Amino acid sequence: MDINLSVNIGKLKICNPIILASGTVGYGEEIAKFLELSKIGAIITKSISLKPRKGNPPQRIVETPSGMLNAIGLANVGLEEFITNKIPLLEKFNSTVICNIAASSIEEYVECTRTLNDFDIIKAFEINVSCPNVREGGLIFGNDLSAVGKITNQVRAATEKTIIIKLSPNNSQISEFAQVVKDEGGDAVSAINTLVGTAFDINTRKPIIKNITGGLSGPAIKPVALAKILEISRKINIPIIGLGGIMNWKDVIEFMIAGASAVQIGTVNFINPFAAYEMIEGIANYCISNSIKNISELTASYQL
Amino acid sequence: MSKIIIENSIVESNERINSNVYLLKVTSPEIASQIGVGQFCNIKVSDTDYPLLRRPLSICDVEDDKLFFLYQVVGVGTEILSRKMKGDRLNILGPLGNGFNIQDDFETAIIVAGGIGIAPFPFLIKKIMNKNIITYVGFKTKADIIDYGLKNCKYSTDDGSLDFKGTCVDLLKSEGKTLNSKCKIFACGPNSMLRNLKEFCSDKNITCEVSLESVMACGFGICQGCAVESKNDDNYKLVCKDGPVFNINEIKI
Ligand SMILES: Cc1cc2nc3c(=O)[nH]c(=O)nc-3n(C[C@H](O)[C@H](O)[C@H](O)COP(=O)(O)OP(=O)(O)OC[C@H]3O[C@@H](n4cnc5c(N)ncnc54)[C@H](O)[C@@H]3O)c2cc1C
Ligand SMILES: Cc1cc2nc3c(=O)[nH]c(=O)nc-3n(C[C@H](O)[C@H](O)[C@H](O)COP(=O)(O)O)c2cc1C
Repeated sequence: MDINLSVNIGKLKICNPIILASGTVGYGEEIAKFLELSKIGAIITKSISLKPRKGNPPQRIVETPSGMLNAIGLANVGLEEFITNKIPLLEKFNSTVICNIAASSIEEYVECTRTLNDFDIIKAFEINVSCPNVREGGLIFGNDLSAVGKITNQVRAATEKTIIIKLSPNNSQISEFAQVVKDEGGDAVSAINTLVGTAFDINTRKPIIKNITGGLSGPAIKPVALAKILEISRKINIPIIGLGGIMNWKDVIEFMIAGASAVQIGTVNFINPFAAYEMIEGIANYCISNSIKNISELTASYQL
Repeated sequence: MSKIIIENSIVESNERINSNVYLLKVTSPEIASQIGVGQFCNIKVSDTDYPLLRRPLSICDVEDDKLFFLYQVVGVGTEILSRKMKGDRLNILGPLGNGFNIQDDFETAIIVAGGIGIAPFPFLIKKIMNKNIITYVGFKTKADIIDYGLKNCKYSTDDGSLDFKGTCVDLLKSEGKTLNSKCKIFACGPNSMLRNLKEFCSDKNITCEVSLESVMACGFGICQGCAVESKNDDNYKLVCKDGPVFNINEIKI
């Protein structure tokens, strides 16, 4: 049986629904030692900002039950260095590239998008309005409906390419944000970014993470991610890229059933850099055993 | 940099050396054929999501197709590791990081190690047998002392229960008047110890390489968790990828 694993997100067509999540594979260099990136649905770059950011002081991460907290602080090379040194590298890998952009003002989002729009290798933009680890930008936008609307609207004016807005789970009604994205011309949403969390050292009584709080990722957040995706899927007609705690192919199927058109994988890359391959194989086998011709049939196929 | 390998390795032995330090030997032919002095591996200690992340351990020694790790039980991951038995499988990622530079011109290697900081040195010593080697090792107390794979050791204990009372850096300082530019220091241990050593090295103008530790997730440069401040450009370096071995003047400790 011929299985079609390809999926569409807005104008973007990818060869399978497995996407490497922002901030968990840098700009592709290191993970390319394990994966042929052209065989993966897409790779999303580490968040790029207009100017380089050196990131937060250490300790930046700590393991927590079935998860980890991180406060990397959007450490990235900045727009200029990304263009001169990272884009040529990504071109060499022949991968589908989605560029993730973080900013501290609407103008900065627009400027980054406009500049990067000229590069053919970049097929879509993921706009990060939900990083919990930086003071300006990040969550301040992610929790503000009108700011998310304005950002979507202005970025839309700067590019014809697919726009994905990455939503925060750190609010009560994620579907309202998805609605705004749709109204303002966004093509898709990705859900979820990390959940705000913290951990203390009981001897020193200090937070373990220097930034005090960090973003929780990994299997610990999977049920939350699924519920948020289901909420959006039931209320709003917009493609969803699901993520949060996906560890294996069964999780991928579960996310698609809950409403995702494609998925992203993050933390699992740190533990098993071959995870993407294993998932592609696993979902293909699932389709064969269940006589599913097009993987996209699974999207939002929940029986409530 | 060499290729990074993921290998399902087989435990050969996992021997308790003192109250909470173990020597683990695994058969891991591919990694064993590639790994260099001062590099490390990232080890998955369970098949489940708990603990979730791999645990980094320095390469302690290599014999044919066997890797040796010397580790101290400090928490859940190392505790699970300590219960592994002959025949168990361990998923190991390596070799990782940049190791010690033993190509440059030195006649005497001064090894300075605090506690479990001795872990990377048996392999180093094996590779520089043609040099003079003096090892300064410090432990809290006599019962903690390990000399596995070391050579020409001078001991210090914090409580004075054996030999010199104080840290291994104090001991080095008390004996180090004769050090010269043909000496090179290799060090590993707690940051407080490395800070003292740094002062000493800049006073004496001696080259020193240190192996650093930091909490990390991936071990190969993608999570950016293991940042240390760089001395030169006010930026961060990554322990996993730029280190774990650094020139002591490269970084802020
Ligand atoms: C490059 C490198 C090489 C290392 N080599 C050795 C070695 O040869 N032998 C050895 O005994 N230990 C070594 N360590 C330290 C070892 O990785 C940690 O002790 C171990 O990960 C703790 O895991 P755990 O689950 O037992 O403890 P946890 O329950 O995770 O934590 C217990 C304590 O250990 C500290 N810790 C946790 N992870 C790390 C870490 N990655 N680095 C430093 N401290 C940590 C925590 O802050 C906490 O105080 C090395 C670390 C690095 C980064
Ligand atoms: C170390 C680390 C760094 C991250 N950096 C970014 C980032 O720069 N931009 C972003 O949009 N998301 C970032 N994320 C969030 C992930 O892309 C993802 O939303 C989150 O980790 C949940 O997925 P997971 O459980 O599969 O990891 C980061 C996550 C981790 C663990």
